[in-house]
Amino acid sequence: MSKRIMTVDDSTSVRQMVSFTLKQAGYEVVEAVDGKDALSKIEGSGIHMVLTDLNMPNLDGIGLIKGLRTHQSFRFVPIVMLTTESQESRKLEGKQAGATGWIVKPFKPEQLVAVVRKVLG
Amino acid sequence: MNENHKEVFKEEAYELLTELETALLELEATPDDKDLIGKAFRAMHTIKGSGAMFGFDDVAEFTHEIETVFDRVREGDIPVTKTLISLTLQARDLIKMMLDRKGGEAPSEPALQEIVSAFRKLVSTDGEGSPATPPADGSSSVQASPPPPKQEISPNAQVTYRLRLSFSHDIFETGTNLLLLLDELRTLGECTVTADTNDIPYLDAINPEYCYTGWDAVLTTDKGIDAIKDVFIFVEDRCEIKIDAIRTDAEEDRRKLGEILVERGDVAYEDVLRILKEKRPLGEVLIEKGITTPDKVDSALAEQQHVKKIQEKTQAKEEIISTIKVPAEKLDVLVNLVGEMVTVQARLSQTASLLHSADLDSIAEEVERLTAELRDNTLNIRMLPIGSTFGRFRRLIRDLSQELGKEIEMTTEGEDTELDKTVIERLNDPLVHLIRNCIDHGIEMPDVRLSTGKPKKGTIHLSAVHSGANVLIKIRDDGKGLDKEAILAKAVEKGLAAAHAELTDREVFNFILEPGFSTAKVVSNVSGRGVGMDVAKKAIDALGGTIEMSTEKGKGTTVTIKLPLTLAIVEGLLVKVAEDHFVLPLSIVEECVELTREDVGKAHGRNMANIRGEIVPYIKLRNEFKILGDSPDIEQIVITGLNGERIGFVVDHVVGEHQTVIKNLGKFYKNVDSVSGATILGDGTVALIVDVAKVVRSVELTEAASN
Repeated sequence: MSKRIMTVDDSTSVRQMVSFTLKQAGYEVVEAVDGKDALSKIEGSGIHMVLTDLNMPNLDGIGLIKGLRTHQSFRFVPIVMLTTESQESRKLEGKQAGATGWIVKPFKPEQLVAVVRKVLG
Repeated sequence: MNENHKEVFKEEAYELLTELETALLELEATPDDKDLIGKAFRAMHTIKGSGAMFGFDDVAEFTHEIETVFDRVREGDIPVTKTLISLTLQARDLIKMMLDRKGGEAPSEPALQEIVSAFRKLVSTDGEGSPATPPADGSSSVQASPPPPKQEISPNAQVTYRLRLSFSHDIFETGTNLLLLLDELRTLGECTVTADTNDIPYLDAINPEYCYTGWDAVLTTDKGIDAIKDVFIFVEDRCEIKIDAIRTDAEEDRRKLGEILVERGDVAYEDVLRILKEKRPLGEVLIEKGITTPDKVDSALAEQQHVKKIQEKTQAKEEIISTIKVPAEKLDVLVNLVGEMVTVQARLSQTASLLHSADLDSIAEEVERLTAELRDNTLNIRMLPIGSTFGRFRRLIRDLSQELGKEIEMTTEGEDTELDKTVIERLNDPLVHLIRNCIDHGIEMPDVRLSTGKPKKGTIHLSAVHSGANVLIKIRDDGKGLDKEAILAKAVEKGLAAAHAELTDREVFNFILEPGFSTAKVVSNVSGRGVGMDVAKKAIDALGGTIEMSTEKGKGTTVTIKLPLTLAIVEGLLVKVAEDHFVLPLSIVEECVELTREDVGKAHGRNMANIRGEIVPYIKLRNEFKILGDSPDIEQIVITGLNGERIGFVVDHVVGEHQTVIKNLGKFYKNVDSVSGATILGDGTVALIVDVAKVVRSVELTEAASN
């Protein structure tokens, strides 16, 4: 069974690129537009991993990580943040909140797949 | 990253170097072409960037110097000069040497330094003109530049590391799967992992969500310490990693358990000394006395085993290489077998279609697919495009013409014509000889050319085309052509011809191919010693090819090398005349059109067809092969393209494409000109492979004779 990954980003283009790349790599993908959307969709979704942007409306990435880490079923789910060079302090915040790893934008498709493989096997 | 990536990088780098060379050579002609400068710059930039990534640090470092200069060329600070191009070409050669160091000589440090300082000088004189630059050329080899780095650990050296990993208890709360990290570590190389479970508390005290285990790993890798650190990049602030390199030199004796434990800091040196005196197994006693834990001893033992294994491997590995050399005969046998297979497969397909069995059909289709793949792969092993060989001549022509003060441009055509690898390799030397001759004897000096109304710049045109079952390689120059009288006189002098013999042009020109024949008045270091042409001829003969010269005085010379396609299998067009099958090589077939009786009537007895307004001569295979019986009302013309001319072949039916396994006709039929071989069809019948060029020529000769 292929693993299911949720990509959370308010930017449609990033979501699509991530989604396309992961599908190509053989993963199933669920999309969410922000942290709130993600939390509402994750229940019963059988997600194996979450890829989240940090800056998003409604609920941002840090909030989503915190939310998931206190969630009954997703406390140990791998979460990878999409960060940019300039977000060093946000990245640190994310790590403390319990993110598994991060990818610095811009990234190439193969880098994304490499990171997913790294945390998801 | 593994060896494979390195190989890929190397291949990529070679391509880039070729691109660089091409760009530079073109740039010489058009020094202001910004695109070319950009191209050269990008090639170097990529080599530098990837070079560092793949461990070719010396390449990266050296390329950086030249790239810096080209960056300024790109900015327009430094003009493109002949010196710059020559220097860059030299630099290119050095980079290539660095890349294939494994096989050949590495460039010496002074040679590199010399180029670098020459480049720096170029920058300084063309740029700010500051004198404070390293001295040029000669003195540079003794200049007080920092000494070359000592033989560092070469980029692909295997190093063995000892890792000790311990994680914070709450590591799982980050969603990290530690086992994946260990798996990733294992992908870096030979890896032995042992767990340290000493910290796991009793069951009643365990928090099931905590990580209590630590790991010791011994890893032998060529990826360097950074690759190891990268594995743990996401967890670095929740874990402690200790990485030490350990020696695995074969000369060194195997290290004792005690030494390893002391090195690791698990046991104090004094303790080991004390216990060794007891003459009992060290590990056991250490555990018994509670000095260390069973896990630590196991881990040290694992390291000992690992190192032993690596040492054995390195010794064995020295004989393993990345490519396998296979004798050509073995490949021939393989190609032959594949040929047989193709024939059998055709029979299977035919039988299957006759039996109307869906099951058998699907198997037959599968076999067909696999056979085609097998065939392509097998042939691919041996086939290479000739373009790379042509590319090499560009440099040769440039260097030689400069040496002789001539201006010569090289043009090529049909670079992607594929030839058997061995043919290509053995073709190199004869082609070099022929091209040298063109440069030396063929192309005139620029002023002579101008005075005879020719462009100042001479042209050498290399082309490769398929012609039936052959490949034609032509070397055409627009020089002064061969001097028939001079050649004849020399031939008479050498006793090769009688004084007043009546000889055809072709016979005269063929004297050039005789050993020791040269009409050059001055022996240059390029040619004129009379060695070369005969050597070239011998080499071509050995390949089963022929060599022909044609010339027009004052206009130039064309040397045509005709090589048989050593391929055992070609794509053919299967056609039928009465009950007989023939195969035309598909590579020269352009189209098939109908020929009706009406069309024939309109041509008034001439063998000409009007194809969309174009008059195309045709040959009736029925007549050519003297097949009895009447042709059908509507015949088919297979139009072929041969040496730029369109010629039709009239047949009864066009059956379709056919994978043709070429079988020799055998000695018995070696004088049959119009057929280059035969093939066996699925139903066991034989189809002859038409040698289109020869058929055309024989028809031409007959026509000429009858006129």
